[in-house]
Amino acid sequence: MRRSRIGLSLYAVAYLAFLYVPVLFLPLFSFNNSVFIAFPLNGFTTQWYGQMLADSAMLHALRNSLEVGAITAAVSTLLGLLAAKALTRYRVPGGGAVLAFTSLPLFIPDIVLGISLLILLNLAGVPLSLVTVIAGHCLICIPFAITVLMSRLDGFDKSLEEASLDLGENGWMTFWRVTFPLALPGIISSLLLTFIVSFDEFLIAYFLAGSEATLPIYIWGQLRFPYKLPAVLALGALILVASAILVVIAEWVRNHGIKDGKRAVVGA
Amino acid sequence: MRVKVAMGGVTARLARFYRRSEGARGLALLSPTMIIMVAALAAPLALLTLYSFWTQAGYGVDTTLTLAQYADSLGRPTYRALFYRSIEISAAVTLITVLLAYPMAYFVAFGVEKSKFIWLILLTIPFWTSYLLRIFAWKLILGYNGVINSGLMSLGLIHAPLEFLLYNPFAVVVALAHAWAPFAILPIYVSLEKIDRSLLEAASDLGDGPVRRFLRVTLPLSLPGVIGAAVLIFVPTTGDYVTPALVGGSGGVMIANVIEEQFDKVGNWPLGAALAIASMAAVGIATLLFTGAMRAAARRIH
Repeated sequence: MRRSRIGLSLYAVAYLAFLYVPVLFLPLFSFNNSVFIAFPLNGFTTQWYGQMLADSAMLHALRNSLEVGAITAAVSTLLGLLAAKALTRYRVPGGGAVLAFTSLPLFIPDIVLGISLLILLNLAGVPLSLVTVIAGHCLICIPFAITVLMSRLDGFDKSLEEASLDLGENGWMTFWRVTFPLALPGIISSLLLTFIVSFDEFLIAYFLAGSEATLPIYIWGQLRFPYKLPAVLALGALILVASAILVVIAEWVRNHGIKDGKRAVVGA
Repeated sequence: MRVKVAMGGVTARLARFYRRSEGARGLALLSPTMIIMVAALAAPLALLTLYSFWTQAGYGVDTTLTLAQYADSLGRPTYRALFYRSIEISAAVTLITVLLAYPMAYFVAFGVEKSKFIWLILLTIPFWTSYLLRIFAWKLILGYNGVINSGLMSLGLIHAPLEFLLYNPFAVVVALAHAWAPFAILPIYVSLEKIDRSLLEAASDLGDGPVRRFLRVTLPLSLPGVIGAAVLIFVPTTGDYVTPALVGGSGGVMIANVIEEQFDKVGNWPLGAALAIASMAAVGIATLLFTGAMRAAARRIH
């Protein structure tokens, strides 16, 4: 028993190494003083970071991605919140079918979502732009938002809302003073997760962005040029760190928010 | 004035009905999301299907309904080979990912007492970082002048770079198995965590050793998680574009790369649409066969 547990622990560590080591090559070589990405390492440099930050096309793509991510996060979280409230608080006819339908994008390859949206926009005569990218990203982010927010709304006591209604608050004030503070950790983690999904998404944006570029589209374009790779690695390293921080915050808020949510209601 | 009062009465009655009927309020709350989902998912998929029955004519399309694109998609040996290869690669990815993830999920569910949350975060962080760059990392690792080759050469273990590492189906399988790992760990972990611990004690009390207990209790009860993980990995990876494009080379091309070509360079949208529908159908059938077989197996173990 003891020995099998040690074996499992070793396996777990090896598995973590398998998950992390390939990814950690990006930051490692981003500080390597050579345009070739190979061993042996050639000395420490931060020149690739300087080169990357001076690239105006990169900065433009970054701004696009931040915009698309922020709007996608806000829209899909709002729509997810409405749907999650409906599905957890009311007996909606066909609720199960609705939930299955909204989670469909998780089970359809991105390429199919991308081309079918492209066909629709083309037939409708809508020009491709960042707006069409946002529409595509909302499609894949809504299932995430609904899942996160439903588990959050399921997790707290429905009678708190009923109590507020019984004490004479109307539906809107009940939402603001009871539901919203309780759901806040879920809302924050939904905002962060949908932002990351949108920020990272490549293929749908590739089909729908027209002449604009998001950051993944920019990176995709750079991968063809070997001499640009170190700067791409520097960018990649920064993205890794930033999204890791966001995920840790999102998960932490989701798991530790329950006490704070209660306090917010009691304090209000 | 009277009209206004009457109108007020109607709206008040409607408002009362609205407040009383749970279904109506639920549907009202759901409607914005549903409208978006229908407009951005159902309508485009319907149009994609329609497109697959049309024909490309110069820069426009001939809207006479025809099965020609399907005859082309399924009849041409190169496309058929691509369907098979996409499904084979994804099946291999699914099998490897689930097998590697199971012990890991088992460790977090049964081996970790206090810090489960930290383990789960550690296991999911890589998933949230750029997909493009995670796949690209494998190109750096497996490439001709890559990490493995340059590392082995500077250690003096090999004298010429190994060429079989990159640009083949093997590289695609490795990169995908790495990228999709969390999708296997989380569902399996959830199903293991749900298992009633007293069942395991009962099996031990009744004389089952650890191996028998695992095979007769733990494994069958965790099968829903295994099936969920398999579907969650198999279905999307069959349509992966980035990985075959970056590390697959000509031998590792998958169906999504050909579909993309039809919408980009080749400019034959109806054929691309038919290839997309046909691949979704093939994947759907393969998934149903697999889940059916797994459920039957689970029933036999019980």
